Amino acid sequence: MAASSAKSVNAEEIEVSWQNALYETLKEQGVTQFAYVPDAGHRILIDRSLADPDVHSVALTTEEEGVALAAGAHLGGARAVLLMQSSGLGNCVNFMSMIKGGNFPFLTLISMRGDFGEGNPWQMGMGQAVRPILDAMNFVTLEVTEPGEVVPTTVAAATMAFKSGQPVAVLLTQKLIGAKAF
Amino acid sequence: MTKKAAPSGTNPAYVLDRCEAVPAIIGNPDDFLFVSGLAGTAKDLASLTKDGANYFGMAGAMGAAVSMGLGLALARPDKRVLVATGDGELLMNVGALATVSILNPPNLSILCVDNGHYGETGYQKSHTSLGVDLEQMAIGAGIKSTCTVDTADAIASGARMLRESNGSCFVLLRVKPTDPPKFKRNMDASASRVRFRLKLLGHV
Repeated sequence: MAASSAKSVNAEEIEVSWQNALYETLKEQGVTQFAYVPDAGHRILIDRSLADPDVHSVALTTEEEGVALAAGAHLGGARAVLLMQSSGLGNCVNFMSMIKGGNFPFLTLISMRGDFGEGNPWQMGMGQAVRPILDAMNFVTLEVTEPGEVVPTTVAAATMAFKSGQPVAVLLTQKLIGAKAF
Repeated sequence: MTKKAAPSGTNPAYVLDRCEAVPAIIGNPDDFLFVSGLAGTAKDLASLTKDGANYFGMAGAMGAAVSMGLGLALARPDKRVLVATGDGELLMNVGALATVSILNPPNLSILCVDNGHYGETGYQKSHTSLGVDLEQMAIGAGIKSTCTVDTADAIASGARMLRESNGSCFVLLRVKPTDPPKFKRNMDASASRVRFRLKLLGHV
């Protein structure tokens, strides 16, 4: 993969480390449904959820399914997280109206494209629209730029989502995950 | 709103009246947790449950019903979850059937009330009036237990599948394009959410 080969061994180790810590954090926060469309930025979370008999690993055909899935999980007393790339946010907008109108708690981790150092022009439109869309749908948006911020930011986001009943998005920025080489 | 009659030229397979067929195929509504999509099926279930606390119905978010039911079914394996969706609602997010099939929770039953039309917007024909078969799409998605119910005689076997299937199931109920029951339901999604959780969980 171009993304991997462009990174130094050290950067790869750091990424593996924060993704593993992120998975542990989400489990400590009581998340039992991990919903996703496959994405390199969430690779380790997805693989760990698939290997974990204590959680449901839900591969979606489109990200909007994950918004409805999370709302259904909440009705049943469970906690879900939606892992997606920034392009997937565009698929979710109409279902986000149910989150807003129903005051559902909601947590999503968005790996950013179309932002800092992007080299694929097809990613730019959605990448730059992420914040205006989240603002328009009244989401709380937190941003992570350093590996050391991943865990505390996720704890803060999960607390606001599941204790205060808010819709919260954590942006894993390209400063954190790097820009894919083209 | 006047009661619409089936337009002439309607497919002869669409003969059942949803106002009778939906209650008949579901039976005692206390046996399920319900999620419905918007429009017709929301009214079917609101009428059947008297807008009960075991029912969460939508009035928007078209295409969300199956996925919401999946999240609920995974969260509560001890309860049988019935999703009621229309042909138009399901077509908007038909890939959700593929997601259901790979998880295959045994407590998730999908009832698609297919009238071949977009009833809420004036009974324009949907794709299912024009040759699209949603049971075949469910089979193609990998759902093992499926059936089509289009006569009164077939309702009992469809009802049994909705209650007893040991994997996620899909029942296509073909009905004529006439209005669902009239029922004034609560359209406040937040109130419905709180009501549902209080009854099921004992807390908000």
